[in-house]
Amino acid sequence: MTKRITKEFADLQTEPPEDMKVDLITENDLFKWVVTINGPKDTPYAGGLFLVHVILPNEYPFKPPVINWKTKIYHPNVTNDGKGTMCLGFLRDGEWKPSSRMAAALEYVRQLMIEPVPDDAVDPAIAEEYKNNRKQFFKTAKQWTTTYAKP
Amino acid sequence: MDSDDDYNSGMSSQEDGFEEELQESGDDSMGEDFEDDEPDMGFGQDKDIMKPRKKAYEVDYRIYRPEEIIEQQDKQIEEVSAILGQPSEASAILLRYLRWNKERLVESYMDRPEAVLEKAGLGPDGGRAPRIEPVPGFTCTICFEDEPGAQTYGMKCGHRYCVDCYRQYLAQKIQGEGEAARIQCPKDGCSRILDSKSVDLLATANLKDRYETLLTRTYVDDLNNLKWCPAPNCEYAIECGVKRQELNKIVPTVTCHCTHRFCFGCTLMDHQPTPCSLVKMWMKKCEDDSETANWISANTKECPKCGSTIEKNGGCNHMTCRKCKHEFCWICMGLWSEHGTSWYNCNRFEEKSGLDGRDQQAKSRRSLERYLHYYNRFANHEQSAKLDKDLYNKTEKKMISLQTSSGLSWIEVQFLQTASQALQQCRQTLKWTYAFAYYLARNNLTEIFEVNQKDLEMAVEGLSEMFEKQTAELSGLKVDIMDKTAYCLQRRVILLEDTAVNLKTGEQTPCGLN
Ligand SMILES: [Zn+2]
Ligand SMILES: [Zn+2]
Ligand SMILES: [Zn+2]
Ligand SMILES: [Zn+2]
Ligand SMILES: [Zn+2]
Repeated sequence: MTKRITKEFADLQTEPPEDMKVDLITENDLFKWVVTINGPKDTPYAGGLFLVHVILPNEYPFKPPVINWKTKIYHPNVTNDGKGTMCLGFLRDGEWKPSSRMAAALEYVRQLMIEPVPDDAVDPAIAEEYKNNRKQFFKTAKQWTTTYAKP
Repeated sequence: MDSDDDYNSGMSSQEDGFEEELQESGDDSMGEDFEDDEPDMGFGQDKDIMKPRKKAYEVDYRIYRPEEIIEQQDKQIEEVSAILGQPSEASAILLRYLRWNKERLVESYMDRPEAVLEKAGLGPDGGRAPRIEPVPGFTCTICFEDEPGAQTYGMKCGHRYCVDCYRQYLAQKIQGEGEAARIQCPKDGCSRILDSKSVDLLATANLKDRYETLLTRTYVDDLNNLKWCPAPNCEYAIECGVKRQELNKIVPTVTCHCTHRFCFGCTLMDHQPTPCSLVKMWMKKCEDDSETANWISANTKECPKCGSTIEKNGGCNHMTCRKCKHEFCWICMGLWSEHGTSWYNCNRFEEKSGLDGRDQQAKSRRSLERYLHYYNRFANHEQSAKLDKDLYNKTEKKMISLQTSSGLSWIEVQFLQTASQALQQCRQTLKWTYAFAYYLARNNLTEIFEVNQKDLEMAVEGLSEMFEKQTAELSGLKVDIMDKTAYCLQRRVILLEDTAVNLKTGEQTPCGLN
């Protein structure tokens, strides 16, 4: 699958998704990417700089990429366990299709920053807050952004 | 559309050729004949005389080999295929989509065929028969290889990929994810379901086998009246018509060809006479209180008279201290001499009257005592069943040597095996009567239940005691053991029958059942 991954990576260089920059973690390993995300505007993440590791499994693209947030983020869909796993929607085994693209996966990640999916949350407390006390959610998320996602 | 009526006809009532299996699949193959007819409502008097009526605690069921399950599926697929004029691989997908409800499928298909096809994952249809072929100027959009002449495959939706990618995709789904019935086209957004014909064209023999196995598994899982036997490595499936909402009224217990006896409702091991929901509550309680109850499962206790340590090495609860010859009951530690008579009340928890109801501490201690009373007996029968079995295994070895030295035939020592099996089964029932009794309120029916329980328990302990005799004595006890075995089984039937009738009619509703 080298051909496919090379092409996807090259395409993401010439045409990166909005607010994102894609690099290899180490120069000669095509399967490990680091994505730098500028927190989208009008979100509590605006002004922050987030690092996300994207690991392509050996079975890629028959298995989905693995997304890990390296920068702590206050978000109902990201685990707060030091791993920062994000695994929902078409990032899951059963949903991902081999014709799905990394560009779409990254765009999906960005969409989730703009609009979390509290009904498919990994952190029920944050999801609860997001649903019922949006103001408090914004406040804490913003606080985390200033504390952990300093550019 | 006359075949509409016999939806799932392959699995409804009785079919020729299964009578034999039905006989074997009877309650326990130890004397009670399995009766496969519905309870007779007044007619067929002759038949009632000929065959024993089905017991209230028995249910109708049937055992299938994996091949029969596949046949059953295929038969229904062919029927639907003939009715709808769809190829069999598409009919299979349609049937799975509607969980094998043939009637509903035919009805909704006749109504709106396109919508049904679309929802089942069979639309849109490009019309061209799928086949493996090279396409000039083709670039696979999964791997981006564009080697001229490469083989490609696509289903009727028209999404085409190189054969290598398609195969890897199938392997990932079938082997990696254990998926078979709901594998979609590799194209994102396309919900066309991969049919068995495509798998035939693309997959290796191994993968195909796995695919078929998974499909059969899905079939059984999809149908509420079919379940796999939970015994390890057993391949049989059991069909039973007892519905989920009936589980408070009956404990549907089945015996597989592999001899494993289990509850069709919850697939746990035989837990008659206790209904599934009580079993669940009881096990939860035991888990929560496991530390409190731990001391009970100990294999050694102290003689209540002289205090010397006594080890239990058989299932029998009639203990005799080696040192002081004191005879006592292992369960309640009371005098054994009081057990064989009407004084016997080891099984009943005596509610102390005159207890100060305002004393919360006394109350909770009392409720713990009550629980421990039942748990003690529950755990003890479980342990005794194991010890009985160990003892039998030892005895069996001795019998073999006895057989060779004394010239007794194998048939002549078979009574021991029968007795051992009866003992196991009765203890299993006894064990669960204590969980059941825990949830019973004090009333007349409970008293009758306790009498039945006591009778069975005494019979079992009697048989168990004979088992602990020296091997040399055993052959002399043959008639006694056989009589006692029959008596134990009879007591078990009486207890199960009484309890099942009361449960069915709602006369006796344990707390926690609604
Ligand atoms: Zn390909
Ligand atoms: Zn397709
Ligand atoms: Zn079995
Ligand atoms: Zn059950
Ligand atoms: Zn003693």
